[in-house]
Amino acid sequence: MVKVTVDGIPVEVAAGSSALQACEAAGKEIPRFCYHERLSVAGNCRMCMVEVSGGRKPVASCGFPINEGMQIFTDTEVVRRARRAVMEFLLINHPLDCPICDQGGECDLQDQAFGYGADHTRYHENKRAVTDKYLGPLVKTVMTRCIQCTRCIRFSTEIAGVPELGGISRGENLEITNYVEKALTSELSGNLIDICPVGALTSQPYAFTARSWELKRTDSIDVCDAVGTNIVMQARGAAVLRIVPRINDEVNEEWLADKGRFVVDGFRRRRLDRPWVRVDGRLQPASWQDAFATIATRLKDVPGQRIGAIAGDMCDAESMMALKDLMETLGSPNIDCRQDGAKYDTSRRDFYTFNTGIAGIEDADALLIVGSIPRQEAPVLNARIRKRYLAAGRGGFPIGMIGAPNADPTYAVDVLGQGPDALAALADGTHPFADVLAGAKKPMIIVGHGALTRPDGQAIARACWDLAAKVGAISPDWHGFNVLHTAASRVAGLDLGFLPGPQGRDVAGMLDGGVDVLWLLGADEFPTDRIGPETFVVYQGHHGDAGAARADVILPGTLYAEKPGTYTNTEGRVQEAFRAVMPPGDAREDWRILRAFSEVAGRKLPYDTLEALRARMVQASPVFGHAAWSRHGTSDTTAPDAGTVPVSDAPLRPVISDYYLTHAVCRASPTMETCSGIYVHPAIEAAE
Amino acid sequence: MSVQSDAPQGAEPTHFAFDEDSERQIATVLAKYPPERKASGVLPLLYIVQKQMGRATGSAWIPRVAMDVVAERLEMAPIRVYEVATFYLMFNTTPIGRYHLQVCTTTSCWLRGSDDVTAACKAATGITSFGETSKDGLFTLTEVECLGACSNAPILQVDDDYYEDLDGPRTLELIEALRRGERPTPGPTIARMACAPAGGRKVLREDAVQKPQGQE
Repeated sequence: MVKVTVDGIPVEVAAGSSALQACEAAGKEIPRFCYHERLSVAGNCRMCMVEVSGGRKPVASCGFPINEGMQIFTDTEVVRRARRAVMEFLLINHPLDCPICDQGGECDLQDQAFGYGADHTRYHENKRAVTDKYLGPLVKTVMTRCIQCTRCIRFSTEIAGVPELGGISRGENLEITNYVEKALTSELSGNLIDICPVGALTSQPYAFTARSWELKRTDSIDVCDAVGTNIVMQARGAAVLRIVPRINDEVNEEWLADKGRFVVDGFRRRRLDRPWVRVDGRLQPASWQDAFATIATRLKDVPGQRIGAIAGDMCDAESMMALKDLMETLGSPNIDCRQDGAKYDTSRRDFYTFNTGIAGIEDADALLIVGSIPRQEAPVLNARIRKRYLAAGRGGFPIGMIGAPNADPTYAVDVLGQGPDALAALADGTHPFADVLAGAKKPMIIVGHGALTRPDGQAIARACWDLAAKVGAISPDWHGFNVLHTAASRVAGLDLGFLPGPQGRDVAGMLDGGVDVLWLLGADEFPTDRIGPETFVVYQGHHGDAGAARADVILPGTLYAEKPGTYTNTEGRVQEAFRAVMPPGDAREDWRILRAFSEVAGRKLPYDTLEALRARMVQASPVFGHAAWSRHGTSDTTAPDAGTVPVSDAPLRPVISDYYLTHAVCRASPTMETCSGIYVHPAIEAAE
Repeated sequence: MSVQSDAPQGAEPTHFAFDEDSERQIATVLAKYPPERKASGVLPLLYIVQKQMGRATGSAWIPRVAMDVVAERLEMAPIRVYEVATFYLMFNTTPIGRYHLQVCTTTSCWLRGSDDVTAACKAATGITSFGETSKDGLFTLTEVECLGACSNAPILQVDDDYYEDLDGPRTLELIEALRRGERPTPGPTIARMACAPAGGRKVLREDAVQKPQGQE
């Protein structure tokens, strides 16, 4: 630690800090454009000028190293004049188009011009103009507004791992561009919008929609993947207009994947906003009473063994709890939350969670990825792997992968094999990567759903666990066995035991006429065409998708933006989302629908309030009782059950074929549809 | 100063590959850097590209496909090559004429008559302003900053060669010679050796030694 004084306030900061960090520690706000805590220091905007003792000139604090006893002055006449001069230069070429700029109201330049801008310009030449660039369907550019802070270049190069942006030409002609008219190939490109301090990079789908001060902000959790990214829903009236990330260093730092950000225009399209009942083969609008009565009538005399329920990938824990209890009262053991047919040993929680923790990746020193493409399954988590990879330097963080990636993973990987046979080679030490894992102090293994959804999924998980135990990845202070989930509801579902009971059927067993009545809670990601023709299907959900198309009764439920809900991410971290807007039409909160139906069916569920339901959840699984998640290790290396199917050598396949269209909400979103056309199916787009 | 911009439509070739000459030069360049730092060779490689284009097509410029080839060869992101190629004005990112006429117009040259050189270039080639290429495709006229040969001002750099001590008429002659396919010897265009004093030696001359007063 180094002692410095900032405006007379003594502070202690870590050695190697910059003057700007020291000022922050002292509570002094330093204006800046190019400096960003999570990016490398560029030092090119010159806005963060301060004076230091003994210096003859003001210095740019972001890149100025501190030393013992240094005195920093942040508010002297010299500093103020320097900053005013910098601001005057920045404003020479910046257009005065704030009234038509989407950044207005949340613009760093606007805010800082308020403090350091002059009341008039002394510049009477022509301003420079820059042609706008095409960066794809998500990021809109107005390059004349660019102040060349280079944050976007550094973000795409360092965080996103797609070095596609750069500054071409020089001097007055410098332009930020990708030089070629090509969409940015990153699942994190939306963060460029947040990172741009001016209105040069703004959101294309959100263009000219609303002003930042009109929006009501509600904390929520992203359910498009299992990372549990902390987000803020920004709504005006009844509509969520945009989603931006919320800082949580443990989970997403301050990033948000594109799907979680731009899915928002699917919120109000293809919505189920009233109950429907199928009469003579056609769905007819109905009242809640009629819909409930129809289901209750159909359920009469059906034995519990012939009733089933499947929970979807975006469900909150509350609704799954209510559905599980409802099925229990109906005597049904046939419940399943694993639409993709994944297999886990759920006898212990660390058999199916990401035990190292997302922040824990930064402590790991070797990584093996089995049957997962983190870049598509969890882009934000992938950014954390890349961060570790960059921090470790050349070769410092060896990454092995089993199952070839279908896209650049954004870090160097050693593809050890196509199929699980590579695991055997690691286990018996014949593959050189085995020595890498064995030599590492904190190795970690990520098992993805490319492996777990196979028939031999449990056997692969077992092999990974055994390997982890063998290389010392499982110890009282380090847990290197990780399951990377793709469904936001999965861990909560497993925690609550939303799994087939004794003699219960799983998803595959409920299809092809395995049950007479099938209750789908937002479940669309399984072969709905394989539901038996005689099966009576109740679809409770928010979007008219595969499940609703097959349904005999549709109960309009709510999106994650429209209900208070609890979500457990892949780490097993329990997080709470709040209601941002009211559901449309007759749609109701999902647990309330189940509670109301239970009464009609004569099997009243024992809770009337959300609090009571949550108390029931704690009873079902104590993890819902304590909010804090902490890193853990274990001394118990007892391996998970290997299942009945032995490991086969078939190649591991990616579990996501189209990142932009993985669930019902994004399939309803025009933006996601466009992205899919541009990024995933460019050939089809070109042919049209 | 010339403004960099992308090549006009249709000018961009579809394919670029290094020829044997270039490969030999590349081997020499890359030998200077450790393999994991071979991106350091981006400047010489771009220069090699430009030279090869000059040899092959008569227009020494760097098309984008060639930048991609350089990026691939040096295992760096293409945008990093674009940045370098567009930063240095000596790299032409648009096609140029067979002869690249680069007039220095910085102070020394300007004081010594670079305006006449410019005017002569324009008159001889039909070019009306800097950055243009003549209609016959032979000449491109560029305004450059100090070429560092002020003692021989004004300077006209043709491709890699300096023609010094120019004036209007001698510039016209030079351009006519180029048009005939000749390459006059570079250097001073007046009776002068390199940057030795114009009109012969002025100092340390035996015949000019004046004996001190009072000595016979």
